Amino acid sequence: MSHFIDRRLNGRNKSAVNRQRFLKRYKTQLKRAVADAVDNRSITDIDSGEKVGIPSRDITEPVFHHGKGGVRDMVHPGNKEFMRGDKIRRPEGGSGEGSGQGKAGKGGAGEDDFVFELSREEFLDLLFDDLELPNLVRNQLIGTTEFKTVRAGYATQGAPNNIDVVRSLKGAIARRTALGAPSRSRIRELEEEIEGLLASGVAEDDIQVRERREEIDRLKTRIAALPFIDTFDLRFQSFVKDPQPTSKAVMLCIMDVSGSMDQVRKNLAKRFFILLYLFLQRNYDKIEVVFIRHHTIAQEVDEQEFFYSRETGGTVVSSALNLAYEVVKERYDSSVWNIYAAQASDGDNWDSDSGVCRDIMIQQLMPLMRYFAYVEITPRQHQSLWYAYQEVMAAHPHFAMQEIGGAEDIFPVFRELFKRQEA
Amino acid sequence: MTKKLITDSSEWSFPLLERFDREIANLAHNVYGLDTYANQVEVISSEQMIDAYSSVGLPIYYHHWSFGKQFVSTEQTYRRGQMGLAYEIVINSDPCIAYLMEENSLPMQALVIAHACYGHNSFFKGNYLFRTWTSADAIIDYLVFARKYIAQCEERYGHEEVELLLDSCHALMNHGVDRYKRPAPLTMAEEQRRQREREDYLQYQINDLWRTLPLHGGAAEEQAERRWPEEPQENLLYFIEKNAPLLEPWQREVVRIVRKIGQYFYPQRQTQVMNEGWATYWHYTLLNHLYDDGHVTDGFMMEFLQSHTGVVFQPPFDVPYYSGINPYALGFAMMRDIRRICEEPTDEDRYWFPDIAGGDWKKVLDFAMRNFKDESFIAQFLSPTLMREFRLFSICDDDREEHMQVTAIHEEQGYRALRQSLAEQYNLGSREPNIQVFSVDRRGDRSMTLRHFTHNRRPLGDSVEEMLRHIRRLWGFAVRLETVDDQGRVQLIGEA
Repeated sequence: MSHFIDRRLNGRNKSAVNRQRFLKRYKTQLKRAVADAVDNRSITDIDSGEKVGIPSRDITEPVFHHGKGGVRDMVHPGNKEFMRGDKIRRPEGGSGEGSGQGKAGKGGAGEDDFVFELSREEFLDLLFDDLELPNLVRNQLIGTTEFKTVRAGYATQGAPNNIDVVRSLKGAIARRTALGAPSRSRIRELEEEIEGLLASGVAEDDIQVRERREEIDRLKTRIAALPFIDTFDLRFQSFVKDPQPTSKAVMLCIMDVSGSMDQVRKNLAKRFFILLYLFLQRNYDKIEVVFIRHHTIAQEVDEQEFFYSRETGGTVVSSALNLAYEVVKERYDSSVWNIYAAQASDGDNWDSDSGVCRDIMIQQLMPLMRYFAYVEITPRQHQSLWYAYQEVMAAHPHFAMQEIGGAEDIFPVFRELFKRQEA
Repeated sequence: MTKKLITDSSEWSFPLLERFDREIANLAHNVYGLDTYANQVEVISSEQMIDAYSSVGLPIYYHHWSFGKQFVSTEQTYRRGQMGLAYEIVINSDPCIAYLMEENSLPMQALVIAHACYGHNSFFKGNYLFRTWTSADAIIDYLVFARKYIAQCEERYGHEEVELLLDSCHALMNHGVDRYKRPAPLTMAEEQRRQREREDYLQYQINDLWRTLPLHGGAAEEQAERRWPEEPQENLLYFIEKNAPLLEPWQREVVRIVRKIGQYFYPQRQTQVMNEGWATYWHYTLLNHLYDDGHVTDGFMMEFLQSHTGVVFQPPFDVPYYSGINPYALGFAMMRDIRRICEEPTDEDRYWFPDIAGGDWKKVLDFAMRNFKDESFIAQFLSPTLMREFRLFSICDDDREEHMQVTAIHEEQGYRALRQSLAEQYNLGSREPNIQVFSVDRRGDRSMTLRHFTHNRRPLGDSVEEMLRHIRRLWGFAVRLETVDDQGRVQLIGEA
């Protein structure tokens, strides 16, 4: 009478829709929580999911319920010493809430946060919500230099390696059936006639029978002569090239590693670079990262060295810009690659170099860039580089610069740099 | 009965589950005379169990953010290991759908089969509240309809619109049930009256002037003075569905869906102690019978008993994790106690329960299961023996007094008061605030006045403001909430 059904293989995420609705509804609170989370922890593990909390009072669903006060009778188990008529001091806190129902406690208690875990995608979506890569639109419209081959049914012509065997043989069977059909029905007719003749007493070697037998043989030879497969049967898998918007990006990380950049500032810069990397990752399939560090001379290095090796000495920013320009010229054709750059520095530069930087930027680098973001990590007065870059900003709208004072500024500055621009 | 061990393994398999189900069904139907719907047992994973949890156990439900909230919080506490999942969810439908979790061992699966598929199942089929208020054969179809309908509305009118409406309806879900009357089947006269009503309605749509023309003389005054609705209405959602001036037809239908589902859950809220007690009593009895017949091993029984005792444990009031009376414990103890009163009555039992002491326990239990809800069940069957066993005591908390007072303990003078007080604790009518539609200003600003009738001077909680906003969203015009105290004094406590 009972029916056992194995449902374990059924979909697991029946509540996924509800979960999404929930996240959508509390997006504002969640965004705040996510921003806090970014500020409060090491940026290196930002790539995983994140536990976030939103105040539970924001998400309660109200019902009419009784509040405190009035006369209330409660029955409890486990009496040890009470006698009828005993007076008891009212307990502090909410022990009076437990009158056997869950709802009562809901309204009064709990300033606690409602904490739960977001998946990586959800986390990044919230983190980068409202942000936009500058000039992405332009890129998608004209950057159609890449093609993707996609299936487009079958064709009667093509290269031998694209022959679809099953499809071709199906065609062959159909052709053989169709071409053989008249002969076969003629054979059936003749056989019936022979049978009729034999039944009516005609001998086996009678001319009528023999003639018919010969015709049957002729027809059978003809059927057998039908080619098993013909060029006419061949079908080829057809592929067409579908133009794809360019989805390759290169990110140039440029950092000052002179003596004045201590590990704290480097960590700040690192957080900024990682945010940028994660953000680009959401928009492009493939991202390459080039690390360029400089003091008086610039070097292209790997990530480890970029962030952790120690250097001393003065600062010549133009060396890095020159190197960046060379790298781009050599390896990243700006018609195929989307080029982004982020530069972090404490603002120190050799005085007469700032003018050089400005010229390199305006004339050489900026025309190749999708976007160039400069962050200055300094609690002090701006120096010549800042003012030189301000001129760059005036000349190129896709150049942006901001100042970071401490860890708590990074995310706001990042948001400021990539804020969705009103059209 | 064959003296035959079913298995000594603790791993379950489908053939073993079927074997157990056959044995248990045989005992339940042929030895103990339980009457059940057919069972549909579904084996699911723990993730699916969390899914089921978040939609209040229903196999199909419409989408709403609050289920998502439920989902993430359940998932979170489960992952952290703060909470075990319930072993089972069972749905009052025909066939009765029960879920088994794949992680459970064989003794647990057997326990769940006995508990859900024969205990709860027979309760759903027998208890008068479920018989009166729910139609087990139609609920799944209705849920499918509801889900489709709400999905359509979302497509047509937008998620936000539907979500806001559902929020407001959910807030009033507990006030969307008919407590006392079940709609009688339509008679011919009634059917004709409704038909006329629909015609009148169409007529109104055409001749809008009719409604706005003032009536003449005395008739108009009389009309204006009469309060409407004539009787206060306790079913707020029903009232809104039928009378809210501005709701579109689809919105009325959504209100109706929430109301219907609320009504479906209403008997469950009223029979926690009985329902769980009944199911627990039967898994205990059935599995012990299997053991007595030699079908299961000692190890099986040890595992079963361990989880059974966990379920029926009642912590005393003064431990930190005490959270009220455990309905499993109270229900199970009362069911066993009734059997004891029938089989081995003491003099005290004969005095308190003259009509059941020494009777046929199966008949008495069956009678109790069919004809009571928590409140009346306790008022009728809680025995002095049990009150002593639980060491129950009753406390009166009056905010005018400086101290709380112990009003009754488990002694001769206290039994009746204690029993009365405990029964009252399970009375939904006093657990939930009594709020009714008192009047609607039909000729003026169309505002609606609700009245909260206080009981024992207990005020409303702090959600009043928010609730009024929800009601206003549904009603479309101003909503006032007044409170009426024990002396009949009326006071305005909120307006939106």
